[in-house]
Amino acid sequence: MNTQSRREFLKTAGLLGAGIAGIKPKEAAASPVNIVSDDRMGVLVDSTVCIGCRQCEIACKEEHGLPVGSLDDYMDRTLLAEMRRPDTTALTVINEYPNPKNPDQHTDLKVQCMHCDHPACVSACIVGAFSKQENGAVIWDESRCIGCRYCMVACPFQVPAFEFDKALEPKIMKCDLCYDNRTSKGKLPACVEACPQNALIFGKRYELLQLAHQKIQDRPQSYFDHIYGEHEVGGTSWLYLSNQDFASLDFPDVGTEPMPGATEPLQHALFKFFIPPVALYGLLGGIMWLGKGNKAEEEE
Amino acid sequence: MMHEPLEPRPVKTKFFTPTVIFITILAINGIIWALLRFVLGIGAVTNLDNQHPWGIWIGIDVAAGVALAAGGFTTSALVHIFHREDFHVLVRPAIMTAMLGYTFVALGVLFDLGRYYNIWHVPIMGNSTSVLFEVGICVMTYVSTLYVEFFPVVTERFMGRVRMGGILSKLNRAVDKLLRWIDAFLVKTMFFFIILGVVLSCLHQSSLGTLMMIAGHKIHPLWQTPIAPLLFLLSAISVGFPMVIMESLIASKSFGLKPEMDVLAKLGRFVGPLLAIYLGFKIGDMAVRGTYVYLSDLSLPSIMWMVEVLFGVIIPMRMFFWDKVLQSRPLLLIASFLAIFGVFIFRFNVFIIAYKPPYSFGAYFPSIGEISITVGLISIEILLYRILAIIFPVVSQPVKRLAVNAKYKVQGVFR
Ligand code: SF4
Ligand code: SF4
Ligand code: SF4
Repeated sequence: MNTQSRREFLKTAGLLGAGIAGIKPKEAAASPVNIVSDDRMGVLVDSTVCIGCRQCEIACKEEHGLPVGSLDDYMDRTLLAEMRRPDTTALTVINEYPNPKNPDQHTDLKVQCMHCDHPACVSACIVGAFSKQENGAVIWDESRCIGCRYCMVACPFQVPAFEFDKALEPKIMKCDLCYDNRTSKGKLPACVEACPQNALIFGKRYELLQLAHQKIQDRPQSYFDHIYGEHEVGGTSWLYLSNQDFASLDFPDVGTEPMPGATEPLQHALFKFFIPPVALYGLLGGIMWLGKGNKAEEEE
Repeated sequence: MMHEPLEPRPVKTKFFTPTVIFITILAINGIIWALLRFVLGIGAVTNLDNQHPWGIWIGIDVAAGVALAAGGFTTSALVHIFHREDFHVLVRPAIMTAMLGYTFVALGVLFDLGRYYNIWHVPIMGNSTSVLFEVGICVMTYVSTLYVEFFPVVTERFMGRVRMGGILSKLNRAVDKLLRWIDAFLVKTMFFFIILGVVLSCLHQSSLGTLMMIAGHKIHPLWQTPIAPLLFLLSAISVGFPMVIMESLIASKSFGLKPEMDVLAKLGRFVGPLLAIYLGFKIGDMAVRGTYVYLSDLSLPSIMWMVEVLFGVIIPMRMFFWDKVLQSRPLLLIASFLAIFGVFIFRFNVFIIAYKPPYSFGAYFPSIGEISITVGLISIEILLYRILAIIFPVVSQPVKRLAVNAKYKVQGVFR
């Protein structure tokens, strides 16, 4: 009786185990496209030459079919002083800050998705709707998204915006580096093309970094000695130069470690090797089996 | 000690009492708001915005809901894996509550998803680096496992009693045969599902702790710790038995039955040590990372942390180590309630209080709509518990019920 029941137990466990092994999540799950190419592109924002004309905002809206509104509104500079964030009506915005070096002037700063080299949104998205393309663009795939908004929780720069007002097909919206119609075809992003001051420079990221370092070296009195995005969260495709500390420009201190660094090793341990769950299963099964034998003996 | 033969059987009671009517009203209110959410969208009924992408639907309905449904896997592990048959009477109610709890976690998620109709993307497009995917797939699998674990109760209720009317009556025999076949199959294979349920629970209970870690600097350092998965798992394990105790005490009162005080007291003995282990790691983590410095600033997060640990861990732990508490029904109920409160507030803190958006234009406070739907879901869950306990043999009762009833009428404890 005793050995009999144990053998039964093992046999069934083996059969069912084989069955479940076939459908374990590992098979179903895939990692999203996440390429960190050496030749990836980027944009260098030299905020010391930006005049806050908001041409980039207009160009971006036109490129993405968002309502532009009256052009006169873009002349109203009072709006600039109030901190704004990219949202579902504007994928990029200009904010203005006082310039400590010259009280007559301002520091104007364009903000949008940073196109991280190790994007938290790509790592986090439950269905792999976010991906990092070969040219550096981090883009969102509408056909996959389930609207869970975990990407928004994950993004260190609080960039992805969600259409909360839509009952059906709400979109996650953010700067896509004009991937679909422009940068994937070798053209300039709309905002870069529209900038009258050459404050935005599109190019290979490593070349932009060289250029940025060169600028700081050539005119150290004009620049704060830091390229925001060079090392932040492991590096970003958008790089910033400024005349003052980025902390006073509302750029968060995010550290230099990639955000997914905290969670991905744990996930990989679970899914790539699948050892801990299987080991736990075996352990519990063993305890159950031994106890089962004892019980049968007691009953005999 | 009395030894009345106990047996799970459908509870005989009338469905509506004043409390049940009140709960029904809350449920209806929730359903109305739910309709509004699906017609008008998330923005119209919630206070969520781009700064606060997740609110109480995730923090309470999902995160706390999953933790508080831990009674299922802890009890089934205790009874079936560690073979403590003396707790057998508690398994069915615990599994049923877990089944209901997880079903409502899944429902709660649907309210929160912007594109809820795409939920089937999760198993087929899953992203293996996503913590949320791991939680999602484990919860999906575990709900099914719980249904399987509960199914013997259904077969027990209907085997030999399949009496469908009309044209369906021709099928009666076939359905009965099918039920018997499933029952025989499950008797042989149940151990597999039981172990699977425990493994899946351990996986997603801990992954829930990893979930917010990717938010990095946006999470207050009091809760942003690499051992968050361990703390989530330990706290879930420690809250499982208090949940079972609380349900058992409240259900027996509501159904006019005698609570299994000796079994519950014995179960309560596990809780003190479990809470102590959890507390040890929680305090140890604080000491190692030096986060106690944040406690002195008396901000909302630091006050909430102290409330969580003092009222939710330390006080209930002390109570569960006390014989007097274990023997007394009201005290045991209070201790269990505090332990439940502790885990509830832990999840709430991590998902709501600790989340600090880098750019904020105002604090998040749940809207009437969010609260109504959360309360409504809980209300429907309670009503379903009552309905299932009346239909199915879940709650264990003395076989000679008449005599027991008479005795309690005399004591006047029960309605
Ligand atoms: S800034 Fe945010 S949305 Fe943009 S790539 Fe980085 S993590 Fe993703
Ligand atoms: S909201 Fe969409 S894009 Fe964002 S994490 Fe969820 S499924 Fe992915
Ligand atoms: S790169 Fe394209 S999407 Fe991004 S801000 Fe510029 S115009 Fe807008």
